[in-house]
Amino acid sequence: MHLLQVDHVVRKFGGLTAVNDVSLHLDDQELVALIGPNGAGKTTLFNLLTGMIPVTSGKIVLNKNSQSYDLTKESATKIADLGLSRTFQNIRLFKDLTVMDNVLTAMTNKYHEGFMTAILRLPNFYQTECEMRVAAEKLLAIFNLTANANTLAKNLPYGTQRRLEIVRALATRPQILFLDEPAAGMNPEETADLTQLIKYIQTEFKITVLLIEHDMSLVMNLAQRIYVLDQGQILATGTPEEIKVNPKVIEAYLGEGDE
Amino acid sequence: MKANLKYILSWLAVMVLGFALIDVLILGGVIDTFIENMLVTIGINIILATGLNLIIGFSGQFSLGHAGFMAIGAYATAIITQYWSTELGFIISLFVGMALAAIIAAIIGTATFIRLKGDYLAIATLGAAEIIRNVINNLKITGGSSGMFNIPQLCSWPTVYVLVCITTVVLLNFIRSRDGRAIKAVREDEIAASAMGINTTKWKLAAFVLGGVTAAIAGSLHASYLQTIAPSDFGIMESISILVIVVLGGVGSMTGTFLAATVLGVLDTVLQNFGSLRMVIYAIALILIMIFKPSGLLGNWEFSFKNLFARFTKKKEARS
Repeated sequence: MHLLQVDHVVRKFGGLTAVNDVSLHLDDQELVALIGPNGAGKTTLFNLLTGMIPVTSGKIVLNKNSQSYDLTKESATKIADLGLSRTFQNIRLFKDLTVMDNVLTAMTNKYHEGFMTAILRLPNFYQTECEMRVAAEKLLAIFNLTANANTLAKNLPYGTQRRLEIVRALATRPQILFLDEPAAGMNPEETADLTQLIKYIQTEFKITVLLIEHDMSLVMNLAQRIYVLDQGQILATGTPEEIKVNPKVIEAYLGEGDE
Repeated sequence: MKANLKYILSWLAVMVLGFALIDVLILGGVIDTFIENMLVTIGINIILATGLNLIIGFSGQFSLGHAGFMAIGAYATAIITQYWSTELGFIISLFVGMALAAIIAAIIGTATFIRLKGDYLAIATLGAAEIIRNVINNLKITGGSSGMFNIPQLCSWPTVYVLVCITTVVLLNFIRSRDGRAIKAVREDEIAASAMGINTTKWKLAAFVLGGVTAAIAGSLHASYLQTIAPSDFGIMESISILVIVVLGGVGSMTGTFLAATVLGVLDTVLQNFGSLRMVIYAIALILIMIFKPSGLLGNWEFSFKNLFARFTKKKEARS
């Protein structure tokens, strides 16, 4: 049984079929990439998987701790609670909160303070608050953000904001992490660092990662499997080596070499 | 815990000193009944505006129905203390008002937050407050449109002072906790918040209910101190004047709300000597402040002893 099983998912916007009969699966601790030309429906698929928008038809099932959860009709909140976390293509940080508060906010459902405990500032409150901070600092340290802990998120440079989004997604302690173009707007050096980082968190936190990316150096270095999406449909699937030489993928997306 | 003891004690000292100062000035004859009235009005406005600031400034939901919840508290106290005119009766009426406001806020919130935001929510809450006012206007027990008078005066300035302190501490502790962070996340970005597992409707509702409850407290104090209330006291204009305090002080700054409520309260009293020119000068003052300080007097700056102490120690280090 696969960790996440997506069966014949369709999403229509009026007359446009953005995602057309897509079936895919993710296994535990896999690193999978989703590639394809602009407008292929990659982000729409992410939105469907994380419950941001409802599916028109099809089925999404999560198999976790030997239990099955039907995610097809669940709310985004519930899906996030079940361990599916994401980042956004157009960065969606809590801009007027500090870096630290962004991370702490993502831990909301993992810790309980209680209304009266917080209002009366009982010893329990300080204890929980301290535990949350320690956990948040650990995450920030991994991503080299310790020095920025008290900076407002909106004042961070672009690449750092992207990293903070990943930290925030990790703070919800996900089992599956969806990364929507994590390397967009980064220079080659930053992309290389990010590639190492994604590999590191995937093994360190023992999570499954599905990422959308246009940077082929990152995709080919990281991904164990690749899905190619074109015009809402899965065009091809396979290992990076297979995808590189697949004539349909070359025609639709990768293009011929210059030589 | 120990590190925070210093700040808790500092706040406690401020509250006790403030109380002692007012008490001494009243004994010394510096504060007469006229100024005492002004101070009580400022206190009630602080409770109202900090509650509304929680809804608008921290949860980011635009509510124009705050006076409706104030009316609930005011009428709960007026009705109960007429039959039970002791301090205990007042305290019980205070809790009854809070409970009623909580229930009604939960109903209004559930009905509106699921589908509405921004301007549309403002109109819906405005409508809800008008419904409350019209119900009061047409009931026998509330005295209809002529209102209720001869309400026994069971609260004085110390009651108001203590309740200002309690509501402020409750609101600030709430904002600076896990729950407060969730509420601010909803304000910042609802989509991102829901992707983090934060139930946006639930947290908006929590802020709305808590804000409504504080408005009911202010209403109870208003009724018992002024001894006369009428449905027309709790109309759109009252909701707007609370909103003015919040916006003027800075949306998202409780310190600003304190400052704005005080400045406007004093301004209002001083201008009473100018007769009919009063409202003109008041309005001009508002416009000027908004032009030169569009984010309100204090923006979203918040006073904290922690930062103050940190600055002192830094200065000391620099000197040595």
